[in-house]
Amino acid sequence: MDFLTHPLNVVTFFPLLGVLVILFLKEEQKNTIRWVALITSLIAFGISLAVLVQFNAANPDLQMSINLPWIQVAGWNIHYFLAVDGLSILLLMLTTFLTPISILSTWTAIDERVKDFMIFFLLLEVGMTGVFLAQDLFLFYIFWEFTLVPMYFLIGIWGGPQRMYAAVKFFLYTMAGSLLMLLAILWLGINQGTFSVPELIAKGGIPADVQLWLFVAFALAFAIKVPMWPLHSWLPDAHVQAPTAGSVILAGVLLKMGTYGFIRFNIPLFPQAAVKAAPVMAALAVIGILYGAAVSYAQEDVKKLVAYSSISHLGFVMLGLFALNEQGIQGAILQMINHGLSTGALFLLVGMIYERRHTRIMDKFGGLWSIMPIYGALTLIVSLSSMGLPGLNGFVGEFAILLGAWGAGDAGGVLGSHYYAGFAAIGVILAAVYILFMFQKLFLGPITHEENKKLSDLNWREIITLVPLLILIFWIGLYPKPFFGLMAPAVGKVIALVHGAVMAALP
Amino acid sequence: MLLSEVSTTSTLFQLIPWIVFFPAIGLLINIIFGGRMSEKAIGAVASLASGLAFGIAVLMAIGLAQNHGEPVVVPFLEWIHIGDLQLDWTFRVDTLSNVMTLAVTLVGTLIHIYAIGYMHEDVRHQGDPGRYRRFFVFLNLFIVMMMILVTGDSYAMLFVGWEGVGLCSYLLIGFWYDKGEGGIGNALAAKKAFVANRVGDFGFLVAMFLTFWAFGSLDFANVFEKAPEIAQTMPGVVLAITLFMLLGVTGKSAQIPLYVWLPDAMAGPTPVSALIHAATMVTAGVYLVARSAPIFVQLPQAQNTVAMVGGLTALFAATIAVGQFDIKKVLAYSTISQLGFMVAAVGMGAFVAGMFHLVTHAFFKALLFLSAGSVIQGMERGEHHVAHHQQDDLHAARRKKKQKEAHTFDPQDMRNMGGLRTKMPVTFWVYLTGAVALAGVPPLAGFWSKDEILLEASHLNMPVYILLTLAAILTAFYMGRQIFMVFFGETRTAPAEHAEESPPVMTIPLIILAILAFFGGALNLPGLHTFEHWLEHTFMAFEVELEALPFSIPVATLSTILALASITGAWALYGRKPLQKKQPDPLRKLGWLFTGMENKWWVDEIYWFLILDRYVDLAWFLADEVDWRFWHDWFHEKVILATFNSLSRLLALRVDLGGIDRIANGLADGTQALAACMRRLQTGFVRNYALSVFVGVVVIIGYLMFR
Amino acid sequence: MLPVTYYVALSAILFILGAVGVLIRRNLIVIFMSVELMLNAANLAFVAFARYYQSMSGQVFVFFVMAVAAAEVAVGLSLIVAIYRARHTINVDDLSEMKG
Repeated sequence: MDFLTHPLNVVTFFPLLGVLVILFLKEEQKNTIRWVALITSLIAFGISLAVLVQFNAANPDLQMSINLPWIQVAGWNIHYFLAVDGLSILLLMLTTFLTPISILSTWTAIDERVKDFMIFFLLLEVGMTGVFLAQDLFLFYIFWEFTLVPMYFLIGIWGGPQRMYAAVKFFLYTMAGSLLMLLAILWLGINQGTFSVPELIAKGGIPADVQLWLFVAFALAFAIKVPMWPLHSWLPDAHVQAPTAGSVILAGVLLKMGTYGFIRFNIPLFPQAAVKAAPVMAALAVIGILYGAAVSYAQEDVKKLVAYSSISHLGFVMLGLFALNEQGIQGAILQMINHGLSTGALFLLVGMIYERRHTRIMDKFGGLWSIMPIYGALTLIVSLSSMGLPGLNGFVGEFAILLGAWGAGDAGGVLGSHYYAGFAAIGVILAAVYILFMFQKLFLGPITHEENKKLSDLNWREIITLVPLLILIFWIGLYPKPFFGLMAPAVGKVIALVHGAVMAALP
Repeated sequence: MLLSEVSTTSTLFQLIPWIVFFPAIGLLINIIFGGRMSEKAIGAVASLASGLAFGIAVLMAIGLAQNHGEPVVVPFLEWIHIGDLQLDWTFRVDTLSNVMTLAVTLVGTLIHIYAIGYMHEDVRHQGDPGRYRRFFVFLNLFIVMMMILVTGDSYAMLFVGWEGVGLCSYLLIGFWYDKGEGGIGNALAAKKAFVANRVGDFGFLVAMFLTFWAFGSLDFANVFEKAPEIAQTMPGVVLAITLFMLLGVTGKSAQIPLYVWLPDAMAGPTPVSALIHAATMVTAGVYLVARSAPIFVQLPQAQNTVAMVGGLTALFAATIAVGQFDIKKVLAYSTISQLGFMVAAVGMGAFVAGMFHLVTHAFFKALLFLSAGSVIQGMERGEHHVAHHQQDDLHAARRKKKQKEAHTFDPQDMRNMGGLRTKMPVTFWVYLTGAVALAGVPPLAGFWSKDEILLEASHLNMPVYILLTLAAILTAFYMGRQIFMVFFGETRTAPAEHAEESPPVMTIPLIILAILAFFGGALNLPGLHTFEHWLEHTFMAFEVELEALPFSIPVATLSTILALASITGAWALYGRKPLQKKQPDPLRKLGWLFTGMENKWWVDEIYWFLILDRYVDLAWFLADEVDWRFWHDWFHEKVILATFNSLSRLLALRVDLGGIDRIANGLADGTQALAACMRRLQTGFVRNYALSVFVGVVVIIGYLMFR
Repeated sequence: MLPVTYYVALSAILFILGAVGVLIRRNLIVIFMSVELMLNAANLAFVAFARYYQSMSGQVFVFFVMAVAAAEVAVGLSLIVAIYRARHTINVDDLSEMKG
């Protein structure tokens, strides 16, 4: 296929076209800039739909690959290698889906330096798409680090009062984590003679002790990004300070880069180490679930509550991944999407009330359901999805994860104890506690503040922003088959690798 | 002939998804078009939706009868398919689920109709007519979820309905979310209900995980088929399954230790208390145990545990019901107690008796709650009348004071009532029917079903029989107390004096329910056992033995005598000398015993002290101290950042300034010193330069010549 | 014919006169003229040796030197005029700003 018209190239770099157009517009033409950004991201979504149509769900391997020699010096065999498979197709869709929604949410919220904002946002989309498509470790690393830059500026310029602190913290933490990963990537590339992920997997043969070191190096980078307890300290700062659209993308996509890294690199590249590390990772995940839920409950700022709830939710994802069985991993991948939708929607909703009231302290609200019935109803649905009510998306993922983790706790499973799934299931109770607490603080009870009485309900633009998310929330909850169908063969391949490692470990 | 019959029945069963769709369509119509519809139209759409679901249930019953009670499974849509995990939206029509659908939709429809009238007044009384539509949307949503619960063919689908009805319960308890104690009381009650239910759901979830990994499936048929075999090979796992399931049951069916949410749930509008918190949703736990009968019968110790929990709850809740003054709270604790009867029954293996009591209880408890709602609204109408009257008569200052008093008036407190028999005659008669049915006086419905439970208990489990008998005595007593306090004697307040009867849209459903409560016992009369034969088809399919015990005169006589005796006791205390204004309850003479009953044995307070406060403290400790001050501020700011800062200061001052800078400066200084010497050569006189050029030339030439 | 030694001796005398002039005189114009003297001393030596060795290249070189000298005079004199205009002196000892 021709390089320029290759669908994966187009879907990755199309937003650059929008950037180019925006560069030629004047700062004052705010609406034109917004429309250009929105349409660009919508077209990018359309292209990703075309990729989805071409995607063959039955094929467990990488598809539509474009693989060209790129940097070939000093014996380094670096390729420009993009491809998509069942592990990444849904995340690709999530990225292109959330970007236009986020842009739409900034319509009135961002009024200063619109031009810069949109340029950074579209650049961010390029980076995120690249992360999910790159199949060469070096190329992946470049995209991985590239996403930091626009996000740094999004937080640092359009963020809250302590934006610089948050932006620098975000940048430094992720950067620090990825340095060890870079070392590991270089070790792999030099010792194994290739940076290409499928080739590395096929080659295998890394000794178990070395695998463990490499696993740790990769895991550190990804765990900070996820963020796994106790490496989460950057997250509340970044989320609370980031502008709404930034929070949506941060929670919706950037955190998924961490969990995606585990399933794309850590587990298939170092299956023996993954099996060995599974109890540790699962234990951290379970602590994260309970800790995140408890800490969420004791928040006064609603955005911070949602931020901490992400730690809890991503704990579920990590638990599912390191159950290392079909139910766990498929549930985890679906839960990545679910978290992107539910928490993304929650951040949008928080942003909407913040735009009206300029505060996020929950004590300043109460009784909003009478004043803003549509807002209340939509928040209720999203909250329920977030706490895993059956029939909505959150349940499907959580159920599969917990079921998988329980199975992994059986004798012969990688976890070897049912305590992991058992304690994680307590997180389901705690999720109800903090979500209902939030809903009650905002919407129930009497109206205690005069200024709340004048608040207007959602306008059409805001409803349109949320409706696509709600449709998916119901769709995944009621009929998740197409989503599982996309990932099942690829996950099966990963499971086979892990299974091989377990067999090899046996005496 | 036979072939055509099969095909007609099978097409009949294809209609089963509509039992979910009809109410769903109803709620969608009300959401989308409700804004432009009148209150009557909204209520009619919702009632019709529920009524159509009842119609489907009837059709299913006909289909089952034609089908000789054979269970039918109707697949609808695939749901979660991962590897061995195959969960579908599949409906199961058998006699057990059919009983539930019939009872739920019948009672549900009647309550929908009743609510048309009740909510019309309620929304005005509470001052927000806009919520009328919302109420019916939630009510229809409840029917949807309840139908999913009882018609699902797997534990997973049952769980969807299970949590779904919990959600509806949450929404409807918190329906007047800006009312209640401190304006937030109702919202807190709703949250409490949801969280307590979630604790139960945790148990259910774990039971499902255990089931899946032990049985390889969550479908009823697959699980039940393997139950005897698995119970042989892994008895521990099966015991764990039953116990975790029991935790789920205690949450949903309000048993010890998770019953605490149900009394608070009375914060919801009264039709909700009738439908969800008395007749249908709370019986889901009983249904779950009955449904899982093939598992439970494998392990006697599991059965004993369940029966014991039920028996204890029945007695414990009955004691509290005696000490309550809120008309709905009495009924709430009575519901917990009656649920205890049912759980004890299904726990002992008396599945038919439990289900029978479930059905009759649905009739008479719904009746009691709805009549209580009628009483409450009668009181509210009286209160309104009084307030209105005062406005005409009295001058402004006093009116204001009176209004304030009227505002704190509690229309649900039985001490404010009395003598309502003449004010609200229809309500009185239907209430009396319900109360007598509940007390277990023959020949009303409650007698037959309760007697069957007691009979089974006397055979199967003596301790439980004693607990239940004691509970039955208390039941008759507190219902007698309530009747005498509410309807007999003198009116004790002005609103009670002016109480008015409710409109026909409310009383007609009451009358229908009263008829059902009266004759409901005919479903399973001793000797005929119609109900038992109907349910047999479901239980026998998985080799669960049901034995119909012959009617036992001693048991029946004893329970009847005890019931009548305690009603007489109630008459002696409350009927003979009716309570006067501000007179303390005669039972106060019992001292601490009554205080305990009145204060619900301080269970809520104990839970708060032991669990909830601790969790709140822990959460704040984790959030404030551990996460923020220690981890975020201290560790990251002080340790990491400060270490980095001091390290960089060390590098900057010592290494950079002290080492590298010094070398660089030394180089510069040397150059400067050298230059200071060299500058002397630059005299600025051209001739000097010229001379040096000449000297240079001479030297170079000299060197070239003489080398 | 005079031996070449005589020409070389004359050339050397002229060169030394010029060099001494450059070194001891202070007037820029005189220094300039002394430089010309040195150039012409060199020219004389070239011509003498060209004649002696019967080679044309020495004579060609003289033409180059004369051309360069003419250009030098043009530039040099104009510089001297410019200096005089700026400083009102053409005494080299007064022009010592480059002193280190």
